[in-house]
Amino acid sequence: MSAISVRNLTYEFPRKRVLTGVNLDVEHGEIVSIMGSSGSGKTTLLKLLTGLVKPTGGQILIDGEDIVPMPEARLDEVRLKLGMVFQYAALFDSLSVYDNIAFGVVRHRRPMRHELDRLVKDRLADVGLEGIERLHPSELSGGMQKRVGLARALAMNPAIVFYDEPTSGLDPISEYKIDALIMSTRERKHVTSIVVSHHLPSVFRISDRVAMLHAGRIAFIGTPDEIRTSTLPEIQAFVHPETQQPFAEQELEDFV
Amino acid sequence: MSEDVVPTRRKAHPEVETAHGTPVSALFGALETFLAFVGETSILAGRTLLEIARGGVKFSDLIAQMASVGADSIWIVLIVTTATGAVFAYYVTNLSLELGYTAFVGGALGYGFLNELGAVLGGVALAARAGAAIAAEIGTMVVTEQVDALRAMGVSPIRFLVAPRVLAAVIMLPLLTAIADVAGVFGGYYFAHLRGITKMVFWSSVHQFVGSADLIHGLIKAVVFGFLIGIVACQEGLNTKGGATGVGRSTTRSVVFCVILIFVSDVFLTQMLAGPSAAGQ
Repeated sequence: MSAISVRNLTYEFPRKRVLTGVNLDVEHGEIVSIMGSSGSGKTTLLKLLTGLVKPTGGQILIDGEDIVPMPEARLDEVRLKLGMVFQYAALFDSLSVYDNIAFGVVRHRRPMRHELDRLVKDRLADVGLEGIERLHPSELSGGMQKRVGLARALAMNPAIVFYDEPTSGLDPISEYKIDALIMSTRERKHVTSIVVSHHLPSVFRISDRVAMLHAGRIAFIGTPDEIRTSTLPEIQAFVHPETQQPFAEQELEDFV
Repeated sequence: MSEDVVPTRRKAHPEVETAHGTPVSALFGALETFLAFVGETSILAGRTLLEIARGGVKFSDLIAQMASVGADSIWIVLIVTTATGAVFAYYVTNLSLELGYTAFVGGALGYGFLNELGAVLGGVALAARAGAAIAAEIGTMVVTEQVDALRAMGVSPIRFLVAPRVLAAVIMLPLLTAIADVAGVFGGYYFAHLRGITKMVFWSSVHQFVGSADLIHGLIKAVVFGFLIGIVACQEGLNTKGGATGVGRSTTRSVVFCVILIFVSDVFLTQMLAGPSAAGQ
């Protein structure tokens, strides 16, 4: 049984069709990246997979269970095995870094204080941010917030982690370290990972398979090598953007 | 609809939002928006009551919110009610001096504050200060995906955000109302005393005209107003869309709706509470 199976997933409105029939299978322990141009529905797909948004049609099976018809209370139970790293971290700004990372564990389990201290310390060490427990999110840089968001998502030991642009806005060294962390988390805990990213070097470095989201569907899914050698125009355009015309020329052509 | 997903407010008739909308379509649009507001707020109120009844509110969350709601509003309540008491006393004293009967000044002031002014002024102050803060805070959490992050961690926003704030408002507004009653009557006493009403005349008048039923009426109103303020502020916050502008819009809407609801519900509450006792008197 796949960790995640998506069947004919649609998310459409009368005037807007975001996803028109997505099919995707992700195996346990696999790292699958989802690429696509801005506005192609990548973040929406992640929100659908975590049940934050209800689709207009289709199925989302997490460990064989369809989460689409589930009531919120039941979904909350399923979400205990999911972790989500948000594009802009989405840290709780009224809470300290310590309380942000401990939040899920405190709400769902009853840990002893020393266990909690250990957990927060370890997760911060994972993302290279030891000693910032008492700071608040507003005191951190964007990159640090992102890494704390990652530490928070991993604190509950999720079986599946969804990453929304985990390395965007980071310097190359932090980016490399986050990639390494995503891979080492998979090695150590056999975590299944879905990563939404634009950043090709990072995508090719960490992914077992890469899915290309285009026109509301998965246009292609394959290994990084298969993506690199694909002749599909939409993939070519993404992998070799230098072959594309600038916006201005394209727009001019549209008018002519 | 799933349990915790706050219903997305449907747009009113699109033509209302254009410069070409007709008065009729504008009226229907406003009606639709109003009905949507009533429906969504009622659903949130039901879920929040269920969550509170289930014992889902963490004590530490409640205490934090009570401190925030009370501390946010106590100074504004004190200033508003003391000033209103003083002005109210000024006019009532003038009237009593004209009539040559000063024995009702304290009674009028106490009766007015305990039944009505303490709760209403306290409610308006709470809506303006704590209600606006709640709508802005939750609205900001929505636009920065913090509410999504909560849900992604399997934590219900109703349990963590809404229920503690509503319960805090329900507990704190009666307390603020009691403080408002005292501040208003003392503010009035100070002014009446300056105008020549003696201490004994003033307080014996209060004693004669004001009873525990008046205090209870005011406190019942405060409980209802506190609930309405908490629910409307949270509902507006959760319905926020569109960044900083959206947060500003939600905050304004929250204060406006709360103030309107306080005054409208006050009419019904006054009728309900005064009905049987008035008939018995």
